[in-house]
Parts: sequence; structure tokens; C-alpha cells
Amino acid sequence: MRHSIAIIAALLLAACGSQPPAPEQNPAGVEDRTPRAPTADTKPVPPADFVDQFGVASLKDPRSVLSKRAIYFDYDSYIVRDEFKPLIEAHAKFLVNNPKFKMLIQGNADERGSREYNLALGQKRAAAVKQALQLLGAREDQIESVSLGKEKPACAEATEACWAKNRRGDMLHSAAREF
Amino acid sequence: MRLPYAKILLPLALFIAATAAHAQLAIEITGAGANRLPVAVADFAGERIVSQALTSVVRADLERSGLFNLVDATGQVVGDSVDYADWKTRGADALVAGNVTPAADGRYDSRFRLLDVHKQAQLGNQGYTHTTSQLRATAHRIADFIYEKLIGEPGIFSTRIAYVVKSTGRYELQIADADGSGAQAALASREPIISPSWSPDGSKLAYVSFEAKKPVVYVHDLASGRRHVAANFKGSNSAPAWSPDGKKLAVVLTKDGGSQLYLVNADGSGVTRVSASSGIDTEPRFSPDGQAIYFTSDRGGSPQIYRMPAAGGEAQRMTFEGSYNVTPRPSPDGKSLAYISRNGGRFQLTLMDLATKQTQVLTDSAKDESPSFAPNGRMIIYATEVGGRGVLAAVSADGRVKQKLSIQAADVREPSWGPFVK
Repeated sequence: MRHSIAIIAALLLAACGSQPPAPEQNPAGVEDRTPRAPTADTKPVPPADFVDQFGVASLKDPRSVLSKRAIYFDYDSYIVRDEFKPLIEAHAKFLVNNPKFKMLIQGNADERGSREYNLALGQKRAAAVKQALQLLGAREDQIESVSLGKEKPACAEATEACWAKNRRGDMLHSAAREF
Repeated sequence: MRLPYAKILLPLALFIAATAAHAQLAIEITGAGANRLPVAVADFAGERIVSQALTSVVRADLERSGLFNLVDATGQVVGDSVDYADWKTRGADALVAGNVTPAADGRYDSRFRLLDVHKQAQLGNQGYTHTTSQLRATAHRIADFIYEKLIGEPGIFSTRIAYVVKSTGRYELQIADADGSGAQAALASREPIISPSWSPDGSKLAYVSFEAKKPVVYVHDLASGRRHVAANFKGSNSAPAWSPDGKKLAVVLTKDGGSQLYLVNADGSGVTRVSASSGIDTEPRFSPDGQAIYFTSDRGGSPQIYRMPAAGGEAQRMTFEGSYNVTPRPSPDGKSLAYISRNGGRFQLTLMDLATKQTQVLTDSAKDESPSFAPNGRMIIYATEVGGRGVLAAVSADGRVKQKLSIQAADVREPSWGPFVK
């Protein structure tokens, strides 16, 4: 349960972050930017209008397929592998059933090579997931695809197993907000 | 009454000093030029009146360049009459002699002569008036003067470098003197900072910050500490590169689909698209004359370097060896191109002569990234990894002179060498 609250908090943070032109901030502002625990920004999830398999409550349910949010990719590739199609279908259905919800897709890359090229590669991965969701009925304006490149690795070792975990697109839902 | 304050302040001052020393970039020379010019820098008469020795900084600068062999002259002062025969015996081709005298307003006058030992003639002389806090800066200017007279090209001892320090959960964009001293943070964040790039006049840095959970391009004025968003469109915003006139930035945006090249005014206005491919176009860099843009693209199936007119138009492929050539950086004279190539799984700094298309791998490391030319084109600073830790390294364009710059217990990355100081 705690885990899912943290995820929702991350989703809300992500939503804040993707608003258009961030207001001018001074360096101190960045430094002061809160606390170690992102849970400090935890806010209640807006009440659901309805609850069904792909309703809002399912986002919080660890037994729901929607609790899985990561799509993994091959090296130097941005093709969505077949094994992830059911997961993408589930998230697409959620977006269709919950038109006020939005999604931020963060693409990631493994540590090998140029930071900026990896940023572009992560972007391609995020865009591939976005396109798959759109083909299944999600609206274009419901989804923003961005890239974290190789800057936020989930796994820090220089092994193929670890690199595979970092070649990833994360689908982050957020309650109705303007991008 | 003052004692209690002193008791409190002294340990505090020591703590700050210790912290600063801890964050200092330590430079280690790991290779030098083949034919080093023997030069002796005698102590300046009267330099002991200022708190820190001027000549030790001058000697360290010249030594670090890898182009000079410093003949030991520490503790010796050369007056008006010079014993040329003696300096010749000691092996010096050039000799620097000077003096420091107090000026009326509490400042100091540092004057020096550069002498040709064999011709027994003066090659030049110069003087600077400075405060004690400007001592290091004065020493760098003296070293620049000596370097230019003896080597025939401008020195880079007065320039600065920007880089990113990553420690646990914290990223700092720092700026230090070219010798690693005087490091100061321009920005601290809990989210990554990448791709710092100096404006041509050295007053600003453009960079990418992930503080909004996505990459956004900022322009940061160093004197005021103020900054503004230069590009924050839907999707990712990255890879800023200044036009040589400092008016525009080439950036990579994804607002219209894939990663493509755009131009924006430095204030963030007037965005126009420059490239139009279906693949990835990224890492733009203007040629020194501003007429062309070098960039990385996977349009041919693998990431390679291309060049296109800055106003847009047909792109020409520049790299053909290997399946991964990225991060193009044209030299200040526009005659060569530094970039990173993958050779058998190793990512290495490579230099191409643009006239002959001859290439040379400059390093024997495996994780090189983000090369940046010194403004005189002599050295290239880049990021690499030693013992699992990010360090900066510099290598001369001929591959002979090598330096390593590291900070204890932190990763250093994303170096960018600043322009000449006017």
C-alpha cells in the first residue's frame, strides 16, 4: 500500500513537472526544493467516479495489471516487444475509460555512450509507447512522452542484466491536469 | 568582547576551508610533449610581501601545459644585471625575472621581463596592478604572456571550465579556473544537470536541467546568478549550442515528434526548425564561422556525424568508420573535429582532420564522453571513467600531453571549456 502511495505521489510530481514553461527560478530555489522523501508531496488521490477493472482504484491495486508500468527494450532499439502488448492494452483502456487522466511516459537508456544520444534514444522509446497507446484509442493530448536518457538509472552496475533494466519506458498516470 | 566570536568563527572558517579543499579538482599530469622548452622562472623580488607566492602559480601553469621543462629557479631572485652564462649552464633557454612592489592604494604592482638566454635579449615585458585576491589571476595572465611569446599562440591559463559534480543525491554545476582552483557552484539540484555550454563572451552558461522531471534548457547568467528557460516545449528539450555571435542557440526539441534540431533566440523566443529527418538528430555544434552545424544522426541506420548549413539544407555525412560516432566538436580554427567513436565496445575520443579526413584515436580509455576544446585548440577536455568513478581528463590535439582532473569521492562529468577572457 505504501508503495502505491509513493507511486501516486510520483505521478502527481510528474504532472507538476510537465506544465509549460517553468517559471524562472533562482539556483537557491532549486536547492531548497524539498526533502529527501518525495512522499512529503503525497496528496490524496481524487475520488473515483466509478470502480471497475480499469477504473481509478485499479491504479492503486498491486494485483491489477496497471500496477505494472515499465516497458523494456533491446539494446539500441525502440521497438515495443510483443510480450508488452497486453500491458500497453491495459493502460490504453484505462486512458480511454478515464478521459480526465493523463500520462507522462519517461523513456530511459542504459549507460553506454553519449548522454545526449541516449536522451534521444529514450525519447524514441517513450514515443513508441505513446504511439502504441494512441493506436489503442488514447488521445494524443492525454500523453506526454519525455526522456531521462541515461541520467536516472534504475540499476547502477555495468552488467547486461542491469543495462536491460535501464532500457525502459515508464508509464506514469496522473489525475486530470493540463500539460 | 571579541573573543567569543573568534572562538565560534575560527572553527567555522576551518570547516569551510576544509569543505572547499575537499571539492577541489586535483590535476595530475600523466603525459608531456616530446620537445619541451626549458624555461626558468626566478622568484620575483618582493613577492614575499603578498600572502601567496606568485611565481609558484606561474611555474605550475607552464609545467601543466606539457610544453615546458621548468629549470629549478625557486628561491632565486634575478635583478637588473643577469648572469646569462649561469642560466645557460643550467640549461634554460628562457628566463623570467620580475618584482612585486606595493602601490599607493594598497594594491601591488607586479612587473616582469621574459629573457632569451642564448641571445641575451629581452623577448618582452609586462606589468599588472592587482589586489592580493587577484594574485592567482595575475599569475595566470603572466603565464599566458610567457606562453604566447614562446609558443606563438594564446595561452589558456586565465580561462575557466564548467563541469557537473555528482555526489549522492546531489548534482552541482561548478565553474573553476583552468587549473582546477577556485571552484564555485552555479547551480545545485537533486535532479541531473547535463550539457553545459558557455556563451561565446563567457558571461552565461546554457544547460539542461531535469528538475521538472523532464529535460528543459536554461540560460544562466553567471554574474547575477539569474536564469531563464530557453526551451521548454512538450516533450524533451536538450543539447544547447551557442551560435558564434551569441544570439541564438541550436537545441534539440521533440515537440513535433522525434528529436530534431531547432534554433531559438537566447531569450527563448523565435523557435525555428532546422533539420527534418525521420530519425534522431541531436548534439548540434556550430562551425566557428557560424555557417554550418555539425550533429549526430541515426538517419543512416547507426549514429554518425553529419554537417549541414546552419540555415537548413542538405546534410553531408562526415564519419564512415565504425557503427557509432557521436558528439561532434569542431576545433576553434575549424580545421579538425573531435568526437567519440566506439571501437570494439570502447568509447574513445577521436580527432579528424577535416581536410584529409584522417582520424586519430587520442585516448586508451573506454568510457570517454563530452569532449570540449580549449579556446586555443591545443587541449581537449573530456569526461571518462577511472576505477568506476567519473573523472575529467585533458589531452593535447597531438595526443602527447595528458592530464587527469578528479574530485575525491564524487563523480565529475560534462566538462565545457570556457572562452578566452578578455
